[in-house]
Amino acid sequence: MKILTGNDLKTGAVVWWTGYDWSIHVEDAVDVDGEADAIAAREEGARRVNGPYAIDAQREDNGGVRPAHIKDRIRALGPTVRPDLTLKPADPNAGNWVI
Amino acid sequence: MYKYDQYDQAMVDTRVAEFRDQTQRRLEGKLSEDQFKPLRLQNGLYLQLHAYMLRVAVPYGTLSSAQMHMLADIADKYDRGYGHFTTRQNIQYNWIKLEDAPDILADLATVEMHAIQTSGNCIRNISSDQFAGAAADEIADPRPYAELLRQWSSFHPEFLALPRKFKIAVIASQTDRAAMKLHDIGIRIVKNEAGELGAAFYVGGGMGRTPMIAPCIKEFVPLDQLITYSEACLRVYNRYGRRDNKYKARIKILVHELGKDEYTRQVEEEFAHLQTQGIEPPLAELERIKAHFADPAFEAAASDDLDLSDPGFALWVERNCVAHKQPGYIIANISLKPVGGIPGDASAEQIHLMADLAKAYSFDELRVTHAQNIVLPHVKKADLHALWQKLDAAGLGTANLDTVEDIIACPGLDYCSLANARSIPVAQKISQRFAETGKTETLGELKLKISGCINACGHHHAGHIGILGVDRKGVENYQLLLGGCEGDDTSLGQITGPGFDEDGIVGAVETATNVYLANRQDGERFLDTYRRIGMAPFKEALYG
Ligand code: HEM
Ligand code: SF4
Repeated sequence: MKILTGNDLKTGAVVWWTGYDWSIHVEDAVDVDGEADAIAAREEGARRVNGPYAIDAQREDNGGVRPAHIKDRIRALGPTVRPDLTLKPADPNAGNWVI
Repeated sequence: MYKYDQYDQAMVDTRVAEFRDQTQRRLEGKLSEDQFKPLRLQNGLYLQLHAYMLRVAVPYGTLSSAQMHMLADIADKYDRGYGHFTTRQNIQYNWIKLEDAPDILADLATVEMHAIQTSGNCIRNISSDQFAGAAADEIADPRPYAELLRQWSSFHPEFLALPRKFKIAVIASQTDRAAMKLHDIGIRIVKNEAGELGAAFYVGGGMGRTPMIAPCIKEFVPLDQLITYSEACLRVYNRYGRRDNKYKARIKILVHELGKDEYTRQVEEEFAHLQTQGIEPPLAELERIKAHFADPAFEAAASDDLDLSDPGFALWVERNCVAHKQPGYIIANISLKPVGGIPGDASAEQIHLMADLAKAYSFDELRVTHAQNIVLPHVKKADLHALWQKLDAAGLGTANLDTVEDIIACPGLDYCSLANARSIPVAQKISQRFAETGKTETLGELKLKISGCINACGHHHAGHIGILGVDRKGVENYQLLLGGCEGDDTSLGQITGPGFDEDGIVGAVETATNVYLANRQDGERFLDTYRRIGMAPFKEALYG
């Protein structure tokens, strides 16, 4: 699948396109195949997101979404060296998902 | 320390107001990102992996306690409670919100700080010797010259759109502690036979994808021509540096392509012309600046005695402290490299504590080093034990300066959008491995430097052992380099061969140190042994 990501204009937070809004959780991302450019242009124009771009990703068995490239997985989770600052501070295995 | 005059303060305050307005217009949609990006970059605001990143300039690495407290306050108030000290003696915050950026810059301005010229194709923050004004081997304090250059280069209209970024380092001692020859311009303050001070110019060094060591193009420029000569160097570059190819745009490529002699000839020609233009600031200005860097009020009869009966303290003194020019005083290095920690990161509490300790024990002064550590430059020996106890209690007393644990590492793929691989976890694993095996002390001085991509922010070319992160079909991979060095005998590391995965690189570093231990002769450091025996025995051990 193709998913759309960018950074929130005001906060810089990493965000993912959910079909009607932006979420900080990658598992909320939806397939945007074919529509990526149109959504990106509209949302950037609406000043909600900075530098949106489409990436390859995979739907996981548990319903999650896994970006194809490690860089986007680190963006999705947070810095692997500061688990306390990631989106899943309580999950000791969260880092394994990145690698 | 330098104090802003009315011009300095007005410049910075005006810039803050301007940026507040620009940010407002961006948030209101009156500016597009394409229009806004160059404006925010001119104020040190990048967009990185997780948020906006703010790089704050620390001119020549010198900070007062009040400035250091402000850096901690910013970490607390606007970021997530920590900051990252960099190889360019700056500090970076990783979790900045655009809406907060103007307030942060306003806060910084209240303590004479800013983020101007920390990005973009201009003359960047000028770096210097972290022991300036304290080192026993210096012939002068290099900072007044660095400050003069800062004033000249700040908003210099001709040099705000250079072919590429431009980095200057200034030193004034026998030992080069600032990697001076790996800068676009390295300036060494020297004394001629008549005993007069002047500046030796090294031009065209750099790291990145094409590392080069700067040749000396002029051995003695009188101090009343320092700015004029610098201007001549920049003008030739600005005119002929390549703008067609970003990867060939640094001055090192120009100097290399023209040849040192032809580049020097053109600089001399420009210099002769500029001397007729009267652009050099009056020497009185240099004297005014120098007065700000007068020695603090050292105690005249301070004792040189140190009680080293506490073994932990004795080790820290041996490893982390350096001779001071003033009897009874010593330079104390605070390692930001606890075993398994993140090189260069410090929490807001630690930054506050270091500021307090500087006030209590070091005449209110701190320095940031290019090795991502902090220095208290002027500590009375009689106070040293008390200082160490307080540092140690806060996890800041690690005795590992210049050892294999004192690793320079760039933010890498954990934070940086240009990265190919993560740097920090590799640094953490290596320092843990050596601390566990107890080999750190045996290995002595060993400089290990890691970059997460070819841009070389982590100085991997200049590490006795260097590590470069690469992307191998979407998987992190690490190349090993040996034999790099910065300082007087600057050399560039050579790649050993095929790269390693994350665990493999830790083992490879250990293997390389074993080759050293098996071959070293009396008093040799890793680098010396490598230079004597060459790459072959290391390759043999690594790849068999
Ligand atoms: C995270 C954001 C960063 C970005 C986007 C970035 C970008 C770059 C780029 C593109 C270069 C190569 C320039 C060239 O070769 O023309 C470079 C070089 C360099 N950067 Fe960074 N960097 C970042 C962080 C850092 C940090 C954290 C440090 C200090 C630890 C640093 C210090 C340096 C140094 C020392 C060089 C090499 C010196 C030279 O320019 O020759 N940078 N950086
Ligand atoms: S070396 Fe590469 S990965 Fe590391 S900070 Fe510089 S640009 Fe980022």
